[in-house]
Amino acid sequence: MNAAPPPERASPAGREAPRSSVLVAERLTRRLEGEVPVTLVEEADVQIGRGEFVVIRGPSGSGKSSLLYLLGLLDRPTSGRLLLEGEDTSGFDEDRLADVRLAKLGFVFQFHFLLNEFSALDNVMMPMRRLGRLDADARRERGLRILRDLGLAGHEHKRPSQLSGGQRQRVAIARALANDPVIVLADEPTGALDTKSSGNVRDILRELASGQDRSIIAVTHDLHFASAADRQIEIVDGRIVPTGTMATLEAAAAAAKAAGTQTGAAPAS
Amino acid sequence: MSLHLDIAFSHLRSRRRQTVVSLLGVVLGVAFFLAVSALMRGSELDLVARLVDTAPHITVYDEYREARPQPARLLWPEGAVAIRGVKPKAERRGIRQYRRKLQTIDAIRGTQAAPVLVSQAIFSFAGRDEAVTLSGIEPARMKGVSTIDEDIVAGSLDAVDTNPNGIIIGRALARKLSLEMGDTVSVVSPTGNVRAMKIVGLFETGNAGYDEGQTFAQLTRVQALMNRPNVANLIVVRMQDAYAARTAAAFIERSLGYKSVSWQEASKDLLDALTVRNVIMYTVVGAILLVACFGIYNVISTVVLEKTRDIAILKSMGFHARDIRLIFVIEGAVIGIGGSLLGMAMGSGMMRAVEQVEIKPPGSTESITLPIYWGIDQFALAAAFAILSAVFAAWLPARKGGRVQPVDILRGAA
Ligand SMILES: Nc1ncnc2c1ncn2[C@@H]1O[C@H](COP(=O)(O)OP(=O)(O)OP(=O)(O)O)[C@@H](O)[C@H]1O
Ligand SMILES: [Mg+2]
Repeated sequence: MNAAPPPERASPAGREAPRSSVLVAERLTRRLEGEVPVTLVEEADVQIGRGEFVVIRGPSGSGKSSLLYLLGLLDRPTSGRLLLEGEDTSGFDEDRLADVRLAKLGFVFQFHFLLNEFSALDNVMMPMRRLGRLDADARRERGLRILRDLGLAGHEHKRPSQLSGGQRQRVAIARALANDPVIVLADEPTGALDTKSSGNVRDILRELASGQDRSIIAVTHDLHFASAADRQIEIVDGRIVPTGTMATLEAAAAAAKAAGTQTGAAPAS
Repeated sequence: MSLHLDIAFSHLRSRRRQTVVSLLGVVLGVAFFLAVSALMRGSELDLVARLVDTAPHITVYDEYREARPQPARLLWPEGAVAIRGVKPKAERRGIRQYRRKLQTIDAIRGTQAAPVLVSQAIFSFAGRDEAVTLSGIEPARMKGVSTIDEDIVAGSLDAVDTNPNGIIIGRALARKLSLEMGDTVSVVSPTGNVRAMKIVGLFETGNAGYDEGQTFAQLTRVQALMNRPNVANLIVVRMQDAYAARTAAAFIERSLGYKSVSWQEASKDLLDALTVRNVIMYTVVGAILLVACFGIYNVISTVVLEKTRDIAILKSMGFHARDIRLIFVIEGAVIGIGGSLLGMAMGSGMMRAVEQVEIKPPGSTESITLPIYWGIDQFALAAAFAILSAVFAAWLPARKGGRVQPVDILRGAA
């Protein structure tokens, strides 16, 4: 493993000098129409700088994943707009969005989501083959190098079913990096991993941001994971709230709970 | 494309048993399609070959297809002319100056023509009278247009040239009248002329009516007997390419004016019946193949359902809906093409096997084999039909796969 332990960054989240933004979301809103309309994300303003490692946190069901899908061009906002490297993506059709995802974005999901019939290397080479920018030899070389950098040397030709959970997640990261994306988006990338593997994945993402000038947006519940980020975005009920709100809420909830047990208000059964 | 192929094959491999079953469906469908159509087309061609072999390809009659237009109509083509009770002019029938007309026909490429004067006559022998058809022929020309020469069992066709009083009759007629080669028989013409003629040849075609009722003599002799010098009433044409008869007949009719009937026109009812039979046959075997191809629909639908997650991954990665559709259509096409190839091999095997079968029809001494048509066109038809149905069967689930939205799947799975 050559991912160096993340250097401690002095600047606290969100308060550093503005870098050039690769991704700018303006008043992003996503509503699901139905019998009972649900607002997943409301008026979210987000700016992601180049090489920035941003973590999205929030209670379960608060809309973290929904926001990530919007930022990753997997979903379209009901209103608001999203600029990727200065380009407004509002008017893009499905195919154009797919092309942008292919060339500029990489995804890592909670469950590795590899294609089970293909080896680790083939999974990593798949986005490169679809993009067709590199020839077969270059693709192979690049795939092997990314896997090696992520500590997967010797596992290139194994199927996902022959790998451990942590290894699979690293293969998924390798695949996300295949086309040298501007932004890597990860939805609870360590959610299914044990402490050791999840520390490993965190270090890798950290290194990607600081070492390769790649922006990382990761959704997480893991406080330890979140502490490695440059900045944290907190979201409650689909709205972005000032950093620290979560801690306040949690403290209040804990206090209420403690008070509840003390007064014996819990329903007797 | 090779990426799509790889993914398509990975899906088929993951559903190996179902893939093999649907492949077998196509194989059997194509094989039966071929076996049935080979047999049907084979028997059709056999029948038509017999038809073309025995009947003249074109017969030019000494009559007109349309009644001659009346002068009044020619004069006032737009006028309200009504003519009733027309009695055709009594004219001597027959094709006059047939030599010139033969030259016209001979000028058409790949044709041979022979003049014939057909008439009725009475055979009188040993107190018995027998009505027969007497055809006046030129043996040299007749050989080129008719297979009668091959059916001669005694004497020869040329004998009527060497002996102008010679006559050739069917063996059945000879037996009936107890006649033998060299015997002399009195021939009475409708005009009342009587002439003693000598039997110089016997033929046997196998067609009882023909063998009992048909006789041949030299053309000039028959012309004399019927008091119709220099006249023929039929010109019989044979073509190198029997299927060109229709256009040639139309050309002859246009240039000579006489009614010219191709074998296709003469056997129109039979050919129509064969067409109907082919339509029915192709509908049935096509339906079988279509049903077989819906096994493909089954596999691809299953794969699409099973691989929804993979589709979501591919699309989130940057695959277009088109790419996804292409992957599944390739899967259908692979089964369709594989099934067609194996089906053609199996079908050929079945056709070989059917060809070996020998049948002895009741009352016949020699056994016959079933006619099999080996034409490439039916192979192409079976394969094209199988592959098209396969692609169509795959297209339906493929469209569904292309519509998968990655967010829907991710929301469901997260
Ligand atoms: N298809 C849907 N129909 C209705 N409501 C939905 C649908 N999908 C999601 N939601 C709601 O939208 C809200 C946001 O969901 P989202 O998955 O973004 O939350 P999350 O913050 O990622 O939660 P978690 O931490 O559990 O992953 C949730 O309250 C959820 O109930
Ligand atoms: Mg989530």
